[in-house]
Amino acid sequence: MAGLAAKFGSGAMTNSVAEIETAKALLVIGSNTTENHPIIALRMKEAVRKGAKLIVADPRKIPLTKFATLWLRHKPGTDSVLLNAMMNVILAEGLEDKNFINERTEGFAEFADSLKEFTPEMAEPITGVPAEDIRKAARIYAEAENAGIYYAMGITQHVMGTNNVHAVGNLAMLTGNLGKPGAGVNPLRGQNNVQGACDMGSLPNVYPGYQKVDSPEVQKKFEAAWGKPLSSKIGLPASLMTEAMIEGKLKGMYIFGENPALSDPNTHHAVKGFESLEFLVVQDIFNTETTDLADVVLPSASFAEKTGTFTCSERRIQKVRPAIASPGEAREDLAVISEIYQRLNGEAVTVPDPEAVFAEVASLWPGISGVSYERLEEESLQWPCPSADHPGTPYLFKEMFPREGGKAQFTVVPRVISSELPDTEYPYLLTTGRELFHYHTGTMTRRSTGLDAVAPTAFIEINPADALKLGIADGDQVNVSSRRGTIKLPTRVSEIVPPEVVFIPFHYKEASANKLTSDALDPICKIMEAKVCAVRIEK
Amino acid sequence: MITLTIDNKTVEVVKGSTVLEAAKKLKIDIPTLCYDSRMKPHGACRLCIVEIEGMRRPVTSCTTPAEQGMAVTTTSAHLERLRKTTVELLLSDHPNDCMVCIRAGSCTLQELAYKYGIRENRFGGAMRDHNRVDENPFIMREQNKCVLCGLCVRVCEEVQGVSAIGYAGRGFEAKICSPFEHDLNCEFCGQCVSVCPTGALSAKMWAGHPRHEGVELTETTCTYCGCGCNITLHSLGNEITRVSSRTDNHNRGWLCVKGRFGYEFINSEDRLTTPLIRREKGGALEPASWEEAISLVVDKFSAIKEKHGADALGGLASARCTNEENYMFQKLFRSAIGTNNVDHCARY
Repeated sequence: MAGLAAKFGSGAMTNSVAEIETAKALLVIGSNTTENHPIIALRMKEAVRKGAKLIVADPRKIPLTKFATLWLRHKPGTDSVLLNAMMNVILAEGLEDKNFINERTEGFAEFADSLKEFTPEMAEPITGVPAEDIRKAARIYAEAENAGIYYAMGITQHVMGTNNVHAVGNLAMLTGNLGKPGAGVNPLRGQNNVQGACDMGSLPNVYPGYQKVDSPEVQKKFEAAWGKPLSSKIGLPASLMTEAMIEGKLKGMYIFGENPALSDPNTHHAVKGFESLEFLVVQDIFNTETTDLADVVLPSASFAEKTGTFTCSERRIQKVRPAIASPGEAREDLAVISEIYQRLNGEAVTVPDPEAVFAEVASLWPGISGVSYERLEEESLQWPCPSADHPGTPYLFKEMFPREGGKAQFTVVPRVISSELPDTEYPYLLTTGRELFHYHTGTMTRRSTGLDAVAPTAFIEINPADALKLGIADGDQVNVSSRRGTIKLPTRVSEIVPPEVVFIPFHYKEASANKLTSDALDPICKIMEAKVCAVRIEK
Repeated sequence: MITLTIDNKTVEVVKGSTVLEAAKKLKIDIPTLCYDSRMKPHGACRLCIVEIEGMRRPVTSCTTPAEQGMAVTTTSAHLERLRKTTVELLLSDHPNDCMVCIRAGSCTLQELAYKYGIRENRFGGAMRDHNRVDENPFIMREQNKCVLCGLCVRVCEEVQGVSAIGYAGRGFEAKICSPFEHDLNCEFCGQCVSVCPTGALSAKMWAGHPRHEGVELTETTCTYCGCGCNITLHSLGNEITRVSSRTDNHNRGWLCVKGRFGYEFINSEDRLTTPLIRREKGGALEPASWEEAISLVVDKFSAIKEKHGADALGGLASARCTNEENYMFQKLFRSAIGTNNVDHCARY
């Protein structure tokens, strides 16, 4: 998100899901949409049925490729080279939107200069995509009246993740695909409330509404609102917390509704971090790999047992309503967090009212000051929604970009190489992801009998050519090792993966893909490189 | 725009609308079995027939484009007799087991039988027997209750893009099945279950739970991915018994396998029901009271802050929990503890 925020002044899906079916061209890169965002994928399929051209860029033969006009099978970790080469073609063939570039962007000259070396012929050996296909893709995207880009963790979980996001942003800017319906740059958020958690300031550098903690003016505003002196020092991002725990700088942690001991790349290292803590509190609905390490475990209410709001991928704020009571003594997270807050502050403990909490946020973040529980009872609203009579905003940047000067910023994206590529010792490139039938670490889906029945075990996808080379048959148990660990799991011999690339879903604790993955970091937004590491496969 | 009259009422619709859509605009109810506004018109069930001035025979309103100046009649003795006969023919080959059918009370065919007062059937004769056991874990298929409206086939092809099922056989032997009549092996989105107008398709996990009696419906938002689908939780007491989705929401009633069928975790026996404390390092987690657990958290956080400073504490918030909870969590760290060490897994 750091990438988009720097370019446009806002880091969220620029457009809406319903608009997808009006797009004339779609570029889906690093998103296995049918499996990870099945309902958004329905809109993509509908767009194709209505005549839109769909470009899918993915190393794996994901289900969406069946609907694609053009499938670019680039090598993992070469996204930005592919995108730069497409932009090289757009400029070489004069397909750019000159008006948009002149009126609504800055930094074009230097940026255009940086694209010169990225010819399709230069990109072909790096990305593995034929130069002619890169040209075709560039033309399909740039010639469409309105074209949308949709991406997910497939381009962000890399050491050059921020660069990749800059590259998709550049592509949309170059062709004027911003500020109009059925276009834009659209990160598909992986969890029900990632957007909301970001919006609410569950980030080390910003208060709710992306207001910077190191801005004295903002600090004063929140100090006045909360009646306490606040720190202007940017906090630790999650990916640096592990190191801080091991070094003894972080002594106590409070984790709720997360299972980082299974979902973090290089989990062995993460677990070591949690074990080094003096005190760990974990709040969850189930025992997880993370509660196993806790000093105190607090039982929570599930989504079916509480009142509140979730904000989905398209910035849409929606009500969550309780249907049943929680089991045993489990309590709503809000009540627990609020009680700890009040007791640390020496205040009397009261029962929190979600509506009042929401109103407090709305009073501190102008972007949602027009949203209230009263309105949400009748409708869902997409922020920005600055006043009570504002209908919400289906797509952003119609008039201007919320940056100083109101323009979007082109960013030079140099070529960066993944931190760990295959070599003679670890000859296969491992990439990870989710499958349709499970969700994240499986604490919920693996407790559903049907889902567990159709997807009971972990597997490693391996191309038939590699299977032949290794003398492995479909279903054989293999040991897969990286520099960080070894797991044992059955193979699925499949052409979904190209030769020399293997795939493991990360849902299964008994063969946890994240024991293998790398925790190398993107230098800007500190995301870990879960999508590329080198492994060895032995029978 | 086109102007036409339906049952002597004038209505204006956009060019390309069907007669059925025009009637809906006037809130005139025309019975249908195979119609769904989210899919292409099909014209299979023949229940939506109407009389149009200048046309010799009744026509299906769902497939007939509205035209300027059309005069449409939706109800007449003749039309009602034809509709009743159509329903009678469907029922002549339908198991008469509404009492134990999972769709009783929400079945379109049952409603039609009720509407036309069909108690006895004039059409006897052979009954199809297409039922077979499908071992898939989600979808219950009772083919003897199928009226061949084609909604399941169409939703699978037109909306889901999967085409896991199709028609086989002709005439009396026609049926819906997967290739080679294998067990279903699809994405299990359950879109077909949601559009089936009879008890032919249901969810295996619904069986044995009340259909309506005592069931409460709660409109809420799905807890899985970032699509933000609107769902309806069906609950009986403290148990979630079913998940459905209304067709008038932003996801248009469509759900995925997790959203529709992945709800058992809510009532799982494994849910945490009491606070737990590890009283000594390396020991086991033991049940504790809320008072003891929260006091311990408050004391420990205070002690660490006192000794090592606020930045020795950190929090991981949750992209799974509500906005209100996330707001309160970061406020707790920033204001009550005094550190910006708060993040969540948006990066992963």
